[in-house]
Amino acid sequence: MTALGDSIHKSLTELEVKLEANRCLYCYDAPCMNACPTHIDVASFISKIAQGNIKGSARDILSANPMGASCARVCPTDELCEGACVYRKDDSPIRIGDLQRFAVDWAMRSGDRLFEPGAPTGKHVAVVGGGPAGLSTARDLRLKGHAVTIFDAHDELGGLNTYGIVPFRLSTEVALWEAQQVVELGAEVRAGVRVGEDVPFESLLDGFDAVVIACGMGSVPRLGIDGEDLDGVWDALDFIERVKTGTFAGELGDRVAVIGAGNTAIDALTCAKRLGAERVTAYYRRGESQMSAYGFEYEFAKQENIEFRFFCMPLRILARDGRAGAIEFARTELRQGALRRVEGREFVEPVTAVIRAIGQSRLEATLNAFGVETESGVVRVDDDLATTRRGVFAAGDCIYAKGTREAMVVEAAEQGKLAARSVDAYVNAERRNDG
Amino acid sequence: MADLRSNLAGIVSPNPFWLASAPPTNSGYQVMRAFEAGWGGVVWKTLGTPITNVTSRFAGLNYKQNKMVAMNNIELITDRPLDENLAEIRECKRAFPDRAIVASLMEVCEQKPWWELVKRVQEEDIDGFELNFGCPHGMSERGMGAAVGQHPDLIEQVTAWVKEVARVPVVVKLTPNITDVRVPARAAKSGGADAVSMINTINSLMGVDIDTWNPIPHVDGKSSHGGYCGPAVKPIALNMVNECARDPLVGLPISGIGGVEFWQDAVEFFLLGASNVQVCTAVMHHGFRIIDQLIDGLQNYMDERKLATMESLIGGSRDRITAWDNLNLNYKIVAEIDQESCIHCSKCYIACEDAAHQCIDRSVIGGVAQLRVDQAHCVGCNLCMMVCPVDECITMVQVDTGLPPESWKERSRKTTVGTP
Ligand SMILES: Cc1cc2nc3c(=O)[nH]c(=O)nc-3n(C[C@H](O)[C@H](O)[C@H](O)COP(=O)(O)OP(=O)(O)OC[C@H]3O[C@@H](n4cnc5c(N)ncnc54)[C@H](O)[C@@H]3O)c2cc1C
Ligand SMILES: Cc1cc2nc3c(=O)[nH]c(=O)nc-3n(C[C@H](O)[C@H](O)[C@H](O)COP(=O)(O)O)c2cc1C
Ligand code: SF4
Repeated sequence: MTALGDSIHKSLTELEVKLEANRCLYCYDAPCMNACPTHIDVASFISKIAQGNIKGSARDILSANPMGASCARVCPTDELCEGACVYRKDDSPIRIGDLQRFAVDWAMRSGDRLFEPGAPTGKHVAVVGGGPAGLSTARDLRLKGHAVTIFDAHDELGGLNTYGIVPFRLSTEVALWEAQQVVELGAEVRAGVRVGEDVPFESLLDGFDAVVIACGMGSVPRLGIDGEDLDGVWDALDFIERVKTGTFAGELGDRVAVIGAGNTAIDALTCAKRLGAERVTAYYRRGESQMSAYGFEYEFAKQENIEFRFFCMPLRILARDGRAGAIEFARTELRQGALRRVEGREFVEPVTAVIRAIGQSRLEATLNAFGVETESGVVRVDDDLATTRRGVFAAGDCIYAKGTREAMVVEAAEQGKLAARSVDAYVNAERRNDG
Repeated sequence: MADLRSNLAGIVSPNPFWLASAPPTNSGYQVMRAFEAGWGGVVWKTLGTPITNVTSRFAGLNYKQNKMVAMNNIELITDRPLDENLAEIRECKRAFPDRAIVASLMEVCEQKPWWELVKRVQEEDIDGFELNFGCPHGMSERGMGAAVGQHPDLIEQVTAWVKEVARVPVVVKLTPNITDVRVPARAAKSGGADAVSMINTINSLMGVDIDTWNPIPHVDGKSSHGGYCGPAVKPIALNMVNECARDPLVGLPISGIGGVEFWQDAVEFFLLGASNVQVCTAVMHHGFRIIDQLIDGLQNYMDERKLATMESLIGGSRDRITAWDNLNLNYKIVAEIDQESCIHCSKCYIACEDAAHQCIDRSVIGGVAQLRVDQAHCVGCNLCMMVCPVDECITMVQVDTGLPPESWKERSRKTTVGTP
């Protein structure tokens, strides 16, 4: 059995690095760069690897993408840079993600300082949430010399990188190293502080020159069926967080059912499998082609011996000895794109644990309390990521609206950079007004 | 099947591939292995008064992942006694009587030592002599090798001394470290040489270790200039071979040396006027076994083209090289990009934009760069085709200018203004 912490990423050997880096064509205005949401100058960083200038390479990557270390592990590169590589046509794109990991891993090992904070501006910015979006914002604000305080409800920084992405995809160590780079640039951290509960949001407006909301999304929505509160029913995010922090004390048993078939579901499924559950099955209302999980994630899950059952919708969770013991499903079908229940085709599956993994809910109440306008729980922002409140900006999953962009670490990183630019322009304009 | 037998000024071999005088021909053991592998001939590692070599001696030039696109060396001639070498030559000849064994010689610039060396060596059943007037390091400081090769009068003199006593054909090996290779070649001819071979290695300094600041290669922290050879020197060798091949005052058969690794390289040497080729670096890189690739490639090429003998190949392109002012100014080609095979890397665009004539149009449609040549302004320089990673994606197509051929020479005869 594969251990929970065994990374799915294999490091390239020195020779592989050399061959691969030299294979890169060094395209002009390269498609891979344009496909990267943070516009990492891929041709340049690979050319620097080929020239043995790994420090310069790591700096290229991390200056464009403060989350370059986690992105080298969690980015769906097939859909992004590697998907755009000119060699894609011949099915042999450059292994950009692997090369990026090589360069950033070098930076992690060397401990060399790659960036210096800017000269102090006297401005102070509050960042609510220390996940990828908040960290990127804070990093770029520090480079511009603004003081930054990051508030995060968790004990450690990193957001879902630290607590939500399964350990074999992204280790806590890497997530925390990445956060530490921002701290070392002089960002102040108020960990374990939930804004809106432990500190009123309004106090940030009074005490800081600008505020950036980067609080991400919430827990997994409820299924809204009977039996959901039984012992043995888990929220996927809560489950992964406990596993990742080593505090999972529950019993999964040998038949784990995961409801959903998106990327979160894949993580919950493979995590349960690696914890030792014998049969781990995904149940999804729609069909294989409607799955929201990336193709390579689906392939990975199948390799890890996960079963997939399509067109089944949970009706209720049945108890056995006071715990979740079975699920009753209804069969569904797609008729002209509309999902319908097929009457009379119900069936019961015995289970020992149930994991809900049907996406993430919105932090609507929190955001409303912050006094910013939302639309279906998504913070409303303009092109510069300014919210409807003056001096308040937002980035990351909290502004992610379905159908616009993807909820991805790399998107959160890019928005963090943009938020920092906007905040910089905003506080500089304020300063001119003051003077 | 084409007949690959080769004849260089009367030195015959079953195929035109010889090992150059260098480490692969150091000893009888190696030459036996080479003959077993199929090499047509060898020029034995230069014989003379044994020297003492230094360590290290070699360095390679790498380009990206490609190792040894060239090498250089500061090795000298044989470091073993003449008698030992001669005994091994005898054994090799006895085992492989059909192969050519040529003895490379080097001596001080005096008649008597040369005479003695030639007479002693031709007591063995050798097929010819090659006079090493090319070694650019170590020996030249002692008045030998390139020190002779850079002085046409000395070349002529030493060649004449050798010819006075030699009973087998004499090949003079030329150094490229001169301005006009035809001058030393003509001197060899005047001295009575039966053939010339070229090129020996080019003066070079392979590099500096930027960590230690030591030269590469170094001998206890110091180095001296070495001799450069391998694939990267081929164009220099081809040019020198062709210049000699076209010069009526040289008029000697040529053994082509420098950068031969693939059979195509050899074909190029033959087409430009060489009668056979000698190989060193490629064997140092890959071993004697490459002879299979060389012979098989050449054989198939000649069979496909129905070329029966080496003579039908040799010099085939010789006279297509001419002075610039004979080239047709009214010949026009322009670049064309095959949109089907284009991979949209934009390398042609940036090359033409920054370093040629700004005539590739680039527009990004749906995130993909579309590249088109503005053929009205293309000057047909070939640069875009050269940088394109996909073979045959960019081709040069001829445009009919409607004008008759006209060279600069012809044009300037008509008008007296302007320069090329
Ligand atoms: C299971 C799972 C797997 C994923 N896998 C991938 C993947 O493989 N690749 C990929 O690119 N993306 C993946 N994602 C998505 C990615 O993790 C998110 O898009 C990204 O983390 C968003 O960053 P963020 O900073 O906006 O939010 P988050 O990472 O959610 O960070 C928000 C932070 O805000 C803090 N916070 C919330 N409310 C408050 C408050 N009121 N006061 C103070 N702090 C607060 C939280 O503690 C948290 O630290 C995955 C997501 C999940 C759930
Ligand atoms: C290490 C080394 C030693 C050489 N020694 C000799 C030599 O003793 N005599 C000689 O005539 N040429 C010598 N040469 C030159 C080669 O014979 C040949 O002319 C040259 O390497 C170019 O051919 P290539 O490109 O196939 O290597 C030497 C070359 C090398 C690399
Ligand atoms: S041949 Fe030269 S001038 Fe013509 S398009 Fe190519 S690079 Fe430009």
